[in-house]
Amino acid sequence: MTAAPRRIASAATLAVAALVALPILSVAWTALSAGLGPQWVHLWATVLPDYVINTLLLSVWVSLGVAVIGVSTAWLVTMCRFPGSAVLRWALVLPLALPAYVVAFLYTDLLEYAGPVQAALRDAFEWRTRRDYWFPEIRSLGGAAFVMSMAFYPYVFLLARSAFLEQSHDAWEVSRTLGDSPLRAFRRVALPLAWPSVVVGIALAVMETVSDYGVVSFFSVPTLTNGLFNVWLVMGDRAAGAQIALLLLLFVMALVMVERRARARRAYFALSTRSRSAAPVTLRGWQAAAALAVCAVPVLLGFVWPVWRLAGLAVGYDGAAGPDFAAVVARSLGLAGAAAALTLVVGLGLAYAARLGLSRSARFAARIASFGYALPGAVLAIGVMIPFGAFDRVVGGTLRDQWGITTGLLLSGTVFALLSAYLVRFLTLSHGSLEAGLQRIRPSLDMAARTLGRGAAATLGRVHLPLLRGALVTAGLLVFVDVLKELPATLVLRPFDFETLATSVYTLASDERYGEAAAPALVLTLAGLIPAVLLSGLLGRRAGVAEPP
Amino acid sequence: MSAALDFIDVRHGYDRQIVLDSLSLLVPEGRVTCLLGPSGCGKTTLLRIAAGLERPWSGRVRLGGREVDGDNVHLPPEQRGVGFVFQDFALFPHLDVLENVAFGIRSGRRSDRHARARALLERLGIGDKADVHPHLLSGGQQQRVALARALAPDPAVLLLDEPFSGLDTVLRRGVYEDLRNLLGQTGVTAVVVTHDPVEAMILGDSIVLMNKGRIEQQGAPEALYRRPENPFVMRFLGEANTLSAHRDGTDAVTPLGRYPAPAGDGPLCAMVRPERIAVSPAGGLPARVQASVFLGRAVRLHLELDGLPLTAEVPADRLYVDGETVSVAVDPADLHLFPV
Repeated sequence: MTAAPRRIASAATLAVAALVALPILSVAWTALSAGLGPQWVHLWATVLPDYVINTLLLSVWVSLGVAVIGVSTAWLVTMCRFPGSAVLRWALVLPLALPAYVVAFLYTDLLEYAGPVQAALRDAFEWRTRRDYWFPEIRSLGGAAFVMSMAFYPYVFLLARSAFLEQSHDAWEVSRTLGDSPLRAFRRVALPLAWPSVVVGIALAVMETVSDYGVVSFFSVPTLTNGLFNVWLVMGDRAAGAQIALLLLLFVMALVMVERRARARRAYFALSTRSRSAAPVTLRGWQAAAALAVCAVPVLLGFVWPVWRLAGLAVGYDGAAGPDFAAVVARSLGLAGAAAALTLVVGLGLAYAARLGLSRSARFAARIASFGYALPGAVLAIGVMIPFGAFDRVVGGTLRDQWGITTGLLLSGTVFALLSAYLVRFLTLSHGSLEAGLQRIRPSLDMAARTLGRGAAATLGRVHLPLLRGALVTAGLLVFVDVLKELPATLVLRPFDFETLATSVYTLASDERYGEAAAPALVLTLAGLIPAVLLSGLLGRRAGVAEPP
Repeated sequence: MSAALDFIDVRHGYDRQIVLDSLSLLVPEGRVTCLLGPSGCGKTTLLRIAAGLERPWSGRVRLGGREVDGDNVHLPPEQRGVGFVFQDFALFPHLDVLENVAFGIRSGRRSDRHARARALLERLGIGDKADVHPHLLSGGQQQRVALARALAPDPAVLLLDEPFSGLDTVLRRGVYEDLRNLLGQTGVTAVVVTHDPVEAMILGDSIVLMNKGRIEQQGAPEALYRRPENPFVMRFLGEANTLSAHRDGTDAVTPLGRYPAPAGDGPLCAMVRPERIAVSPAGGLPARVQASVFLGRAVRLHLELDGLPLTAEVPADRLYVDGETVSVAVDPADLHLFPV
């Protein structure tokens, strides 16, 4: 390989690494350079303890919720047969399709004072006012924990189920022959073996929880993310905002460490000799009914009712859908498509440069990018705004002062800023899946193509891309749908008056215009079904996508 | 006879571990040369350097007289015009057999390219598999497709890396001679890497025996077998008895008798192949049969000669009894004396 492409590849991968690292570095720099001055003391004396305590409490409640729902349902559908268990095996993943903020506004609509449930109760018992009875307040920390548990338990369900499927059935049978009841064997053998996977699932759910902005802002729960929006955007205190963002970042980093350690232990627990997979027990009578109830409730509450309600709202909404809605859909699809294409190209570039041994920095860039996915949307937004805003000030100011050109915003508040944020957030998704796909292609295929007269680029086009088709489609779809649903970063970084599906759901629902919010929310849910179905399908067969059998 | 491929002082390695140690080799045109040696001897590395898949640390490589590796020269594989048959055959799983073979043909229209590929498949006897995808082929058929694909662009040199390791043992025997005939028919210059001396002797017009990054001996198969230049060559190509020997004037004294010693001084060892030991009822040195193993076309005798163990392989025209005394003799041409 000659020196020129090597230099180009190195420069390109370093640029990617820099772009991905930029938001984190900007936040850290802004936060630390402000120091622990008076405004930090003030923050700490007023709102910050609330933010931290609420974030921790919410995390604990959601952890408990997703662990209980995820593990129990995974165990039941994997180890038992009962009416409906075959359907529930994949249906339990479906709540993943609904963005949490959509679930939140639907339950608010249902359970608030003016909602149908309380109205019916008042009618039935002839209560007149709020004072006459007690009803749990949905706009609360508890309500947020309920909604998030319903939205995020599929992470634990998926991981626990694959752990139960993979663990040796022998261990289970040994404990049974040693005198353990099924329940005791579950507690002493099956659950400990699956525990690292469960921890990974909980860590992912808690990462979503602390990053969430939609739910906590509907319910006015002062978490760190909610506080970050308040302090930065409402109060306009950038230094304090960056400091909260840094705190959030540390919180997420701790979660990432927990997750990585659990993943390492998971590899250790995976038995190398895989014996027969478990023979499921057929449940009858009240046991079958109880199992069905336990597994059906999360699907009903987390998917069936919300979708049914959304459909009802959308159909019942008699206001004009307007030309706006079509424009919003088109804009969202275009944005998500562009982001997916961008992340695919960059991800493939990084993975292929590493395969060619062209650039040592490719792995480094990929490593940095792998943190982007854990970056809370709000922190990411601020991390992009700081450097882009600074660029606009410096370059715009120079142009104005030197040549009298008024530029307005160059980078911040543009689609370019949005796409950069999406690239940082979702690069690891596309890179990981393409790298795995490339690894399944034997290196001798590359060499065969090269000795047959094809250069590196032609080899990529004629050998790798056709073989990667499956991985490309999967990765592209995952990024596409994630970008469609992404709320906090889009909310902050979008150009003025630029509504996407996610932001219009959020804005309309915040104004309690639920009927209008239903249509875009339904579109998001339908799109969200794609990765949910992909994920449940992957669990069934773990066939490689690279080569036909 | 001109050189198709010429390595001059090639040094290469991985992570400071030297794999090729100033190796020079001429590969003659139009013949099959086998690179033979134990694993880790550098034979595959040499092949990959020839293809341009590795760039040597130093030294030069010429392909058909053109320098392809040297100071500031490194021609990438796609510009070398060599054919490579990989150990795992590396057939493209997304393409059918015809498309695989046509992959490297760059000139002409699509229909011409496909016609050429089809003709090649016919010649290799797998014309009926043209529309099949590789995963449906047997190992032997995959090997033929890989060979056809490598031959399709008319390479100056065909390089084959352990072409039989992807096949199971039962299948191999038939395929050896097939490949030998195919290479003979095409008249292509071929370099075959193998660790199996039998493969090398069947395929190679000449064998280059390598060890630890150096060439131990090169020549025709029977030359290496009958006239090994050192104990490594002797042992690598077949079984050998090793006996102690010492000099006595210009002679070497061995348990099998006196033989002319090679020039020089210092200790010696004597080596003889089991099948070159003549066993007869009388007339040589007496040896006792410890055990005999009937192998079908031969009998293997574990003998004791003056308290020393000796293995002989003789025609199975009679059976031997344990404890029986026989007489052994070795022709001077079959007894190899090496300095140790």
